Amino acid sequence: MESLRSMEAFRAWQEQQRSQLDPNQMVVTICGGTGCIAFGSQVVEKAFRDELAARGLSETVPVKCTGCHGFCEKGPIVVILPQRVFYPNVQIADVPEIIDKTVVAGETIERLLYIDPTSGEQSIYDHEIPFYAKQQRSVFRLNGVLDPIDLGDYVARDGYDALAKALETMSPDEVVDEVLTSGLRGRGGAGFPTGRKWQFARAAEGDQKYLICNADEGDPGAFMDRSLLEGSPHAIIEGMVLAAYAIGATHGLIYVRAEYPLAVRNTEIALGQAREAGLLGENILGTGFGFDIVIHQGAGAFVCGEETALIASLEDKRGMPRPRPPFPAVSGLFGKPTNINNVETLANVPLIIRGGAEAYAAIGTEGSKGTKIFALAGKVNNTGLVEVPMGTTLREIVFDIGGGVPDGRTFKAAQMGGPSGGCLPAEHLDLPIDYDTLQGVGAMMGSGGLIVLDEDTCVVDLARFFTDFVQKESCGKCVPCRIGTKRMLEILTRISAGDGKEADIDRLVELAEMIKDSSLCGLGQTAPNPVLSTIRYFRDEYVAHIVDRRCPAGVCTAITTFVVDADTCKACGLCLKACPTDAIIGGKKKIPASIDQDKCVRCGLCRDACKFDAIGTG
Amino acid sequence: MNDSTEVKPMPAVSPVGADQIRAVLDEMAISPASSLTGVLQETQKRLGYLPPYALEQISKRTKIPLSRVYGVVSFYAQFYTEPRGRHTVRCCRGTACHVRGGKQIIQAIEQALGVEDGQPTEDMMFSFETVACLGACALAPVMVVDDTYYGKVEAQQVEKLLKQHVPRPAGAKETA
Repeated sequence: MESLRSMEAFRAWQEQQRSQLDPNQMVVTICGGTGCIAFGSQVVEKAFRDELAARGLSETVPVKCTGCHGFCEKGPIVVILPQRVFYPNVQIADVPEIIDKTVVAGETIERLLYIDPTSGEQSIYDHEIPFYAKQQRSVFRLNGVLDPIDLGDYVARDGYDALAKALETMSPDEVVDEVLTSGLRGRGGAGFPTGRKWQFARAAEGDQKYLICNADEGDPGAFMDRSLLEGSPHAIIEGMVLAAYAIGATHGLIYVRAEYPLAVRNTEIALGQAREAGLLGENILGTGFGFDIVIHQGAGAFVCGEETALIASLEDKRGMPRPRPPFPAVSGLFGKPTNINNVETLANVPLIIRGGAEAYAAIGTEGSKGTKIFALAGKVNNTGLVEVPMGTTLREIVFDIGGGVPDGRTFKAAQMGGPSGGCLPAEHLDLPIDYDTLQGVGAMMGSGGLIVLDEDTCVVDLARFFTDFVQKESCGKCVPCRIGTKRMLEILTRISAGDGKEADIDRLVELAEMIKDSSLCGLGQTAPNPVLSTIRYFRDEYVAHIVDRRCPAGVCTAITTFVVDADTCKACGLCLKACPTDAIIGGKKKIPASIDQDKCVRCGLCRDACKFDAIGTG
Repeated sequence: MNDSTEVKPMPAVSPVGADQIRAVLDEMAISPASSLTGVLQETQKRLGYLPPYALEQISKRTKIPLSRVYGVVSFYAQFYTEPRGRHTVRCCRGTACHVRGGKQIIQAIEQALGVEDGQPTEDMMFSFETVACLGACALAPVMVVDDTYYGKVEAQQVEKLLKQHVPRPAGAKETA
């Protein structure tokens, strides 16, 4: 690939790539995201290549491994273009039939088609499936069609067009204004207006300015940044170059957590390609503007997702935050003006520059513009990545797109914002989701993790789970977080073990508010949110634990009594095998099982082993 | 996706000697201009863990005080200062895995291996650690042994799944 040293050269090459795009070309696309790889998509991909080669079809039917399609529950996913025939859960054994019937003969294989869990309807094409049809995939639009490490493919689909437009026709100030007008707010969690952040960095004085992409994505249950970096690394690079141009940065860094090897690999390759093409490095597209990017890997610390801790980590120190002011925009990495943006935020930038701020701001709500990608997981039928306009209701996300709660269970709450966020119970299902409405009900947008809970989830246990996480990840620098979260954890553990005291709830609230007010950084300031939110909406569950010494959901095993329903029991003996303390009597030879409560240690393994739901909580 | 140029992590089941440590560090061309975190990550990749002697050498070569090196090593979860087992068993303790019964899987692994989170087994065949999130939430609860992902794991399956990774002596019969 020759280096493009002028705008004309870029436009000519862009035209060439676009003209090569054949909308009628048959292609077998296979999702190559980490989730599908875990499901075995790589062996499926190899099977396709081998079988197509065996039939002499390698030249006429390309196989394309794309980024994450987002419908993670159904992996490995295969989509046959151009019609977009959708085959979920593909196994190696299915491959020859798919080639012979669908690729060659143009027929669909009914037994492999997707069936909606709620309606029972079958769908042939991915755009018919409610999971996809009800989303608005702007940022994610390329993930299912693009080869992540094919620069030509990206450019053919309007990649780097925004960068060319900005370098050719806009001044850095105009780029900042455009992003400001768009209303884009930081997608990492805090939702600070991106344009305003860029203004501070632009105005700051310094001989060198840094632009950092925060790809630490530490929230458990959040994987949208991973999928963006794996599936469209060039989109992030383009966003970074635009941001660097806007604020006057010469050095860029991408801080990726170490647990994302595929994202690192694809981004490294994409960076090399962009450099080779003259889209990165010195004298970008012959404009004289120079900017380059290096990747740094994290080493396993949630707190390093916080801006100042991330900077400390890059400076080879312990990843501990520091007080602000001074803000990174004025004095950041190595004391220089630094602007840090989240992956999803940067991915939005090319869209804003290419389509214009007004068109962007037409989507979303008054205070929250554009779309948001949510990572939907937990007790939901369709686990995956969901992109919707701001203002979409929780009900639409969980039920219309998510397919509702499986196994006939009932929706209890949605936990949003990870360890910094809160719960939204059923009364808020019709809340239009945006940054401000969520704050109003004690929750937080966060990075986009959305975990669905049902009646088998104990909120006290969940609060304890998050507090335990935060306690482990607390850097230890400030007293309110280091000691405060530990005290909260102790109280929650006692309550879970059946040793709660009447004053505990008030004590938790008091501690929580103190920790929120006085912690040094966002980790401590938001750590009490899950506790406060669960107490706000599920106080009676806490009371049941403390006063009745009972866990209504049957999760806190110390205060749960396991009982066998003799009528349902089939005496199959599975629970007998599972019990570690020989506490089960009977259970074989047609005698229903029963549990000796003196020997039972409340581990719950018998309930997990039972295939007939015969063991429940008394 | 294995690059032939990729350095494969060594399962260092017994402590690494000083000569080998020096040889590996010499290859890496460490200087005061090197990024400490990068050096630590690369060293651990090549040696399997970070022996105390390696840290002393790194301190000398980067001219960063040993106390600061230890400060960084002890802060991050990914750095190990002791040899680990031949196979790494990771269990996800992220939110999605937790609400789908991840705790029981962790308990089952601890029971099957006879270790706690962060420990290697006595025969150094396995070491076990929990991870805050693997990003494969559709597979919850998730267990990973080296590079093999096991999804929707049930507690009763754990022992059998782990046994699959233990090399059988030649001629031994297949067990259920």
